[in-house]
Amino acid sequence: MTQPSSSQPSSSSSPQHPIYHLTMARIMEFLRQPDAVFWSYFFPVLMVLALGLAFNKRQEPPVLVDIVDSQLHEKLKESLKQNPRLQLKNTSIEQANIRLRTGRTDLLIEKATEGAGHVYVFDPLRPESVSARSLVDDSLQRSAGRKDAVEVSDRFSSDVGGRYVDFLVPGILGMNIMGGGLWGVGFAVVQMRIRKVLKRLVATPMKKSHFLWSLLASRLVFQIPGVVIILGFAWLTFGVASQGSLMAALAVVLLGALTFSGIGMLVACRANSIEMVSGLMNLVMLPMWLFSGIFFSTDRFPDAMQPIVQILPLTPLIGALRAITLEGAGLLEPAQLMRLAILATWSLVSFAVALKWFRWT
Amino acid sequence: MSYHQDETDRYQQKPAIVCRELRKSYPGKPVVEAVRGLNLQVNRGECFGLLGPNGAGKTTTIEIIEGLLQPTSGDVEVLGRSWTRDGEAIRQRIGVTLQETQLSDKLTVHETLDLFRSFYRTGISVDVAMKSVSLDEKKDARISQLSGGQKQRLAVATALVGDPELLFLDEPTTGLDPTSRRQLWEILRAIRERGKTILLTTHYMDEAERLCDRVAIVDHGQVIALGTPRELIASVGGDHIVEFSVAAEQHSLVNASRLNSLVDVTSVRDEVDRWSLNSKMAHHTIPALLTYLEAEVLALAGLTTRQASLEDVFVKLTGRNLKEEETA
Repeated sequence: MTQPSSSQPSSSSSPQHPIYHLTMARIMEFLRQPDAVFWSYFFPVLMVLALGLAFNKRQEPPVLVDIVDSQLHEKLKESLKQNPRLQLKNTSIEQANIRLRTGRTDLLIEKATEGAGHVYVFDPLRPESVSARSLVDDSLQRSAGRKDAVEVSDRFSSDVGGRYVDFLVPGILGMNIMGGGLWGVGFAVVQMRIRKVLKRLVATPMKKSHFLWSLLASRLVFQIPGVVIILGFAWLTFGVASQGSLMAALAVVLLGALTFSGIGMLVACRANSIEMVSGLMNLVMLPMWLFSGIFFSTDRFPDAMQPIVQILPLTPLIGALRAITLEGAGLLEPAQLMRLAILATWSLVSFAVALKWFRWT
Repeated sequence: MSYHQDETDRYQQKPAIVCRELRKSYPGKPVVEAVRGLNLQVNRGECFGLLGPNGAGKTTTIEIIEGLLQPTSGDVEVLGRSWTRDGEAIRQRIGVTLQETQLSDKLTVHETLDLFRSFYRTGISVDVAMKSVSLDEKKDARISQLSGGQKQRLAVATALVGDPELLFLDEPTTGLDPTSRRQLWEILRAIRERGKTILLTTHYMDEAERLCDRVAIVDHGQVIALGTPRELIASVGGDHIVEFSVAAEQHSLVNASRLNSLVDVTSVRDEVDRWSLNSKMAHHTIPALLTYLEAEVLALAGLTTRQASLEDVFVKLTGRNLKEEETA
């Protein structure tokens, strides 16, 4: 029916499946924007580094003590010099009171009105003050010759796997997957709508589902270097390692990437300006930034909030990753299956709705 | 096989495009009626132009025919098929360039065409498509490095890779420099010579005259004139336009009915600063005009003669100027 321009030679490169070409086009567009590549892979690394350093090599904070009497100051300085954490300061009573009230000192020591002793002044509800009081008192009693009645010793728990950075890395990974899916897919779609590329594409016999599949496929491809870079960096700098199977973790990452691509598509399915899609994107991400346990455990939220916290798609994603990397869990444990089911539901629903509502022109 | 042959013939005998009583209104206050009962038939193998000022409803019409917009009412048949039943079959057989598509800047010419080629079951090779729009030397250039004319030629190439029977072009040369326009015209002529049907919209009368076998002049969402450029120009009563002016204070002394009775003059228009005559034979009319002016002692200030154009048809039919509309 069509009249091929028969006399002309045929193409050197015979066409591949449309999904292949659509996906390759997305990948090329991404790779040819060096700034986009840099930020999407460098930012999470920077975050791991900053937070890992801030919480990992933590030194015990100094204990600040104000002493309201220069004689007493000299005496205590001598007795407490064994403990480098204690920082003593000789001030007036007025100043010391202000400093105590505003939290600039942990403990105030003044001379007792009767006898040779002294008085600790502090707020019993401030944990720093309570521990300063016992630290100072303990040191003073010991240097005065007190012996321990029971023999005790300390062992510090900062084994690999139990540190904050080990907890943090799966959170950062989850955050990266969320941001990548939403921005990577949502932004690209809106840009193509504004530039009328979508309209041009639906004027061809291209199958709409092929286009949407290619968005997913390219997202999965972009996510793999993201995981490798974040995990590799955390391993090289902090020795962060997974207790469980890395393949299981990768499977969860890919399911997460799929889910957040679907949500990105849903957010972008009708938006026709960059401002609109950015606003929607932030609206969708904000609750997950706050409640999905990127930086601390979701157990800290009150029970009444838990149903909402647990249903947000980022929560089961990070939860499943932590269970694998921190506890060595597999994918088939009931708690893990539940998490995967929540993710899968989110991805199916968002795709179905996005496909139905999607505006091409 | 013979059944297929019959099927093919059945479709081949149908016109490329038929529109009946096409209407499109956009909701709002007030309701915008972009197309108001438009009838059109485009035959196989012709290059058909929708000519009209901006806002006449040309783009709405062409996008309805391309299947990108739903008409509010009316029928469209493309290559003998309807959009509701045979959308996929139509899309396989048409090529579209939109008024303004910014194809992805980061992709190369070759990659872009590879992508579009992959959507069609049959078609020409990407190399052939690049050659046919003279972009073969820009094969590996990114789109961001192309000039406006090259981008537009690439847009045409994306419409050609599926080897369409019917090609749509919406304002193909708007915004291009004169050299790029002529280059694109050459490409479109070559496509037409290969037996393709072309439907284009334009608000450039010279473009319509040079490219189109037939033209429909569209105004306020309706076809107000239809025919070959030659027929339309002839319909305004003359192949030539003779324009003259006299000293400003004498302008009103010129007698329109006397002008009208000059040899071969078919109509007269007072253009305020000059007079415009439609003439069947300028070389008969001009001596008669000069004799008349001499007799009336009117001082000739300017005299020009030119071929009548579609612009004159539009002016005659609407009392307005295509270009005035454009800047308005």
